[in-house]
Amino acid sequence: MDMTKRALSDEILMQVEKPARYIGNEVNMVKKNPADVEIRFAMCFPDVYEIGMSHLGMQILYDQFNRREDTYCERVYSPWPDLDRIMREKNIPLFTLETQSPVMDFDFLGITLQYEMCYTNILQILALSGIPIWAKDRGNGVPFVFGGGPCSYNPEPIADFFDAFYIGEGEVSYDKVFDVYQAAKRENLDREEILYRFSKIPGIYIPSMYEVSYKEDGTIRAFFPKREGVPEKIQKQLVMNLDEAPYPVKPLVPYIRATQDRVTLEIMRGCIRGCRFCQAGMIYRPTRLKSVEVLKQYARDMVKSSGYEEISLSSLSSSDYQCLKELTAFLIEELGEKEGVNLSLPSLRIDAFSLDVMQRVQDIRKSSLTFAPEAGTQRLRDVINKGLTEEEILNGAMQAFHGGWNKVKFYFMLGLPTETEEDAEGIPALCEKVAEAYDHIPKEERTGRVSITASASFFVPKPFTPFQWAAMLDGDTYSDRAHHVKDVFRKQPKAKSMKFHYHESYVSVLEGVFARGDRKIANVIYDAYKSGCIFDAWTEFFDYEKWLAAFAKNGVSMDFYTTRERPVEEVLPWDFIDIGVTKQFLASEWEKAKQGVVTPNCRESCSGCGAAKFGGGVCYDRKN
Amino acid sequence: MTVRIKYTKTGNFKFIGHLDLMRYFQKAVKRAGLDIAYSKGYSPHQMMSFAAPLALGVTSEGEYFDAQFNTLVSSDEFVRRLNAQMTEGVEVRDVILLPEKAKNSMSLVAASDYHVTPVQGFLEEEWDRLLRGAGKLLEQEQIEILRKTKKSEKVEDIRKGIYKLYADGNQLYMLLAAGSEYNLKPELVTEALCGFLSIPYNRAAYQVHRLETYMKNEEGALVSLLESGTKIQ
Repeated sequence: MDMTKRALSDEILMQVEKPARYIGNEVNMVKKNPADVEIRFAMCFPDVYEIGMSHLGMQILYDQFNRREDTYCERVYSPWPDLDRIMREKNIPLFTLETQSPVMDFDFLGITLQYEMCYTNILQILALSGIPIWAKDRGNGVPFVFGGGPCSYNPEPIADFFDAFYIGEGEVSYDKVFDVYQAAKRENLDREEILYRFSKIPGIYIPSMYEVSYKEDGTIRAFFPKREGVPEKIQKQLVMNLDEAPYPVKPLVPYIRATQDRVTLEIMRGCIRGCRFCQAGMIYRPTRLKSVEVLKQYARDMVKSSGYEEISLSSLSSSDYQCLKELTAFLIEELGEKEGVNLSLPSLRIDAFSLDVMQRVQDIRKSSLTFAPEAGTQRLRDVINKGLTEEEILNGAMQAFHGGWNKVKFYFMLGLPTETEEDAEGIPALCEKVAEAYDHIPKEERTGRVSITASASFFVPKPFTPFQWAAMLDGDTYSDRAHHVKDVFRKQPKAKSMKFHYHESYVSVLEGVFARGDRKIANVIYDAYKSGCIFDAWTEFFDYEKWLAAFAKNGVSMDFYTTRERPVEEVLPWDFIDIGVTKQFLASEWEKAKQGVVTPNCRESCSGCGAAKFGGGVCYDRKN
Repeated sequence: MTVRIKYTKTGNFKFIGHLDLMRYFQKAVKRAGLDIAYSKGYSPHQMMSFAAPLALGVTSEGEYFDAQFNTLVSSDEFVRRLNAQMTEGVEVRDVILLPEKAKNSMSLVAASDYHVTPVQGFLEEEWDRLLRGAGKLLEQEQIEILRKTKKSEKVEDIRKGIYKLYADGNQLYMLLAAGSEYNLKPELVTEALCGFLSIPYNRAAYQVHRLETYMKNEEGALVSLLESGTKIQ
C-alpha cells in the first residue's frame, strides 16, 4: 500500500499553518492495509492536532483497537479554520491521518468528549465528513458515531448528534461492540437493529432508544426506554485491574510539538479526596493503582520506543500514590541520571518529600510552587471538602522559601456555593500571608523578591458531584466579584509582589449550560454552529454574541440551566447513568457542604459512597 | 568525538520544518541506542548542529548534521541503526568521523545545488521558455529582485550568488551560494527568472529539490561536506 498517499495537495498544504497536522506517518503510527481488516474505526479528538495528540486516553484506545487483527483504528483531528475554509470551498471530505481516506468510508467514528466547549467542533467533523449532523437522518452505510470521555456522563445536550455513547473506561466494552457489529454485519441487519443490539452491551447508551418528557416548568418528567429490552440504567464501565489493561508502550510521537510532548505514565485512576466540585473525583471512583513494578517497566519501554527525553506522571492526585517515593527514585536514578530523561512533575502536595524531588529535577530559580486551595477561607474550603489548611500552605511555603524558591502560584475558584464577600476577600488575604512569610527568611538565604501569582476561575457545577444541584453565579455577579478581589489585592501591603488574574465569565456560563443541559440544548448548538461558531475553546474564535442569538432563536433560557438551584427530588438529565456512587451519597454530601462539614478521604475511612460495588480498588485495600 | 551525518529529506517530510526535524533526529538517536553526548546543566541537550536549514516544501538528498558521541560504532552500523528508526521520507546515507577541532558543518557551508521541476497548474510552453531563458538571465551583469522582510523591502542584486543556472533535461539546475557569507534561496532565483521572462510566478507550481550541500576545500573548490572526515571502520 502506498503510505505517501495524501488527501491534500502540495498547494493546499503549503497554504495552511502547520501542514504537519495533516500528513500522519508519525513514529509508531500503526500501518495496516484497510483491505485486510473488517472494521475500520476513525478515532477523533475534536480539536486541533497538537491538543488531540496530547491526550493519553486516545493513545490507549488507538493501541488497544489496533491490537485486534480485524480492526484498523485511524485518527482524525479538527482541521484548523484555515484548512476548514479550503475543504468547504473545494469539497474535500474529512480524512484520517493514517490512510488519508474519507471518514465516510469507515464503520465507526468515535469522538472523545474532553470538554464542553468542543461541541461545535463535533458538528464541524460530521459536516466535513459528509455525515448527516442529526443521528436520525443517518441511513445504512453511514459510520456509527460514538461518543465517550468525561462529557458523556451527561451526553444529553449532544445526544441527538450521536448514535451511541460509551459510558466509562474504553478498555472494557469495545471488544464486545466490535464483536456484535461483526455478527450483525454478517446477518445484514439494518442500522436500527444494529443499534438495538449495541444497546444491550454494558455501558452503551443509544439516545434514540429513549424518550424524554418534560413538565411545564421545563424540568424532566420522565426518561424511559422506548423498546423492550433496552436497559433503563446504563452502568459505567471500569477497569478493575490496571496492571492487566493494555497500555500504549509504543506511543505515537508527533513531528510538531504537541501540548504534552513527553512520555506519559499513568500511575493511578480515581482520587481518594472527594472534593465536592470535582467530577473526575466521583466518576472515576474507586481509586485504582498501577503497581510500581509495572510502571518501571513501562517507563523503560516507552522511553526506548519513543526517544522522548521527558517523562511525566499522570493521575488526579499523585501525592496519594503510595509508591511515589520508590517510583520517583527509580525515574531519577535509572532514567534521569543514566539516560538523560527529565522528570516533569505533576502538581504534588508541597511537603518535604516533594520539595526534595523538585530540587533534584528542576532549576529552582526558574520553577515555582503550586498550591490549589480553590477557596480563600477555611470555612469555604470545608464546604468544598478541600483538605488543605492555611497552616499547611504556610508551612509548605516556608520550607520551600528556605530551599531557595521564591515564586508561588495559587489556583482559586470564585462563585463556589455559599461563597460570601469575606470568602472572596480571603483570597488576597491568604496570598498576603504567604508573601509576608517570606520576610522571615534570613536575607542571605533569599534568592530575590517573592512573587505570588493567583488566578481564579469561575466555578461551574458538574453532573455527578455533590454540587450538581447548586446554582451557578450569573456572569455579571461573578465579574463584579472578580473585580472586587482584584481591588482588594491592590490594597494589600505586599501588593507589589502579587499578581491576580481571573478568567472571563462568558465561556464558563456556556460551559455551565452544556454541563447540566438536556436535549433542548441541541438546537442551540446546531444554530450557533450554523452561524459560524467553531473552536469555542479558543479565545480568538469564541463569539458570545452568536451564542446569545442561538439561545434567543430557540427560546432557551441560559439561567434555567445555570443560576437555578435544583431541588434534590428533580429528575436530572443524567440520572439514567449509574456511576456506582449513589445519588443518596451525593445528596448527603451536598447537605454536609451547606453545613461546612468535611468528609474524610477514602483511606482514612469509608464513607459508603457506593463505589465499593465494583469490587476492587481502594475500597478493598487493607488500611495501613 | 564528532561525526557528520548525511541524510535525505523527501516525500511528506518536506512539510516538517527545520526545528521539528531537529527534534525528530534527537529522538531517533535515542531510539537507536546511540551514545550521544549531552551538554551540562539542568536542561541538558544533545550536542547536535545542523548544516543548512531547508525551507518548508523543499526536498533534498544532500542534508547534513554534526553530532558528538561518547562512544562510536562503525559508519555502517551508524547508518543501519539510524535507518531502522526513520519514518518514510528520511534516509541516512553516510556517517563520517571528523578530526578533532574540525569546523562544524554550519560554518563550512558555501553552496548548494538544486533541481527545480514544474508540478501542477503550469503550462508546458511557459516551462520551456523558462528553461531556454536561464542562460540569458545569467548573461546579465545585475539581477535585481525585491527582497521583502517583515519590516522593509529592498532591492538586491542576486547575481553574485548564482554560480550556475541551466536547463538539465526537463529540469532547471542551479548552483547557488549558501551559508553564513551569502545565502541565496532557489525560490528567489526562480522568481527572478520568471520576472525576467515576464512569466507570472506561482510558488506552488514548482518543486525545488536540493541535490547537495558543499563546502570549499583548501584550493577553493566546492566539495561535499563528507570530505572533512573519514569512514569509521
